[in-house]
Amino acid sequence: MKDILKNINKAFDNRIRLGIMSALMVNEFLDFNSLKEILGVTDGNLASHIKALEKVEYIKIEKQFIGKKPNTKYSITKLGTLEFKKHIAALEKLIHKS
Amino acid sequence: MNYFFYTYFVFQSTLTMTEKDYLQDLTEIKSIMNKSTRFISLSGMSGILAGVYALIGAWVGNMLINSYQNGDSNFAYLPINFFEYILVGVAALVLILSICTAYLFTLKKAKKNNEKVWTSVSKRMLRSFIVPLITGGLLCIVLYQYNLIGLIAPFTLIFYGLACINASKYTMGDIYYLGISNIIIGLISTQFIGYGLYFWALGFGVLHIIYGFLMYTKYDK
Repeated sequence: MKDILKNINKAFDNRIRLGIMSALMVNEFLDFNSLKEILGVTDGNLASHIKALEKVEYIKIEKQFIGKKPNTKYSITKLGTLEFKKHIAALEKLIHKS
Repeated sequence: MNYFFYTYFVFQSTLTMTEKDYLQDLTEIKSIMNKSTRFISLSGMSGILAGVYALIGAWVGNMLINSYQNGDSNFAYLPINFFEYILVGVAALVLILSICTAYLFTLKKAKKNNEKVWTSVSKRMLRSFIVPLITGGLLCIVLYQYNLIGLIAPFTLIFYGLACINASKYTMGDIYYLGISNIIIGLISTQFIGYGLYFWALGFGVLHIIYGFLMYTKYDK
């Protein structure tokens, strides 16, 4: 039990952060508005959770210009993929235990 | 004793709570993965209607061709070029009607499911669908240019099938199999030049109706 709980990642202890990771797992990259659309959250809320995930280097941010408009692309890092997979495996184990 | 029960209950309830939470986490992860890569709102009913339009179109086309060849109606006096335009017009009408129906039904379904129609996913789906379709369309114009009329029906079926397969990456449902079936029918029809209309009716008509019906019972009900 302790071993499993060790793999439950505190960084994913929140629905929105979990949502960001899920969406980025299956998409090469997403911009801010698409993420907002998918998760149905407010700007500020999403931004703070993105920052938290960026801080632990689970996602990376790429800024560029499309014409004159600034556009920010988010993608998952190798570390993020690894940690997320571990987290899901731990969740599954916890459920199958019961 | 009291204290023991109290702690026992607290422990028990937190445990079941978190279990439920974990399960919900997993469902949420799955739903977001699906929602962010796949467009769910394609309606089965619009597939059925598109098939019906195609069958009616094929029937009208067949009738026109027959009466033209028999020379027993006013059509027979039309110059061949003009007659071909009428046939193309019928096909275009079927296409436009199908697209409009698909759009309207998708709009309705998306509203019902509280989804947006124009998301980055649906745009990506449309783009991946349109590129093979336009390629095929242009190629058919080239076939017409070189007077290879007999190959037009097979090519439309094959490229429509390719478009479906390409779009299937971004949508729920079995559009992939619709694509494969259309490609097979298209390839077979290359060996039966002159029967293009029947293969068209089979590919665009019958297959759409079957597909739409399957989608309708599987996802819309």
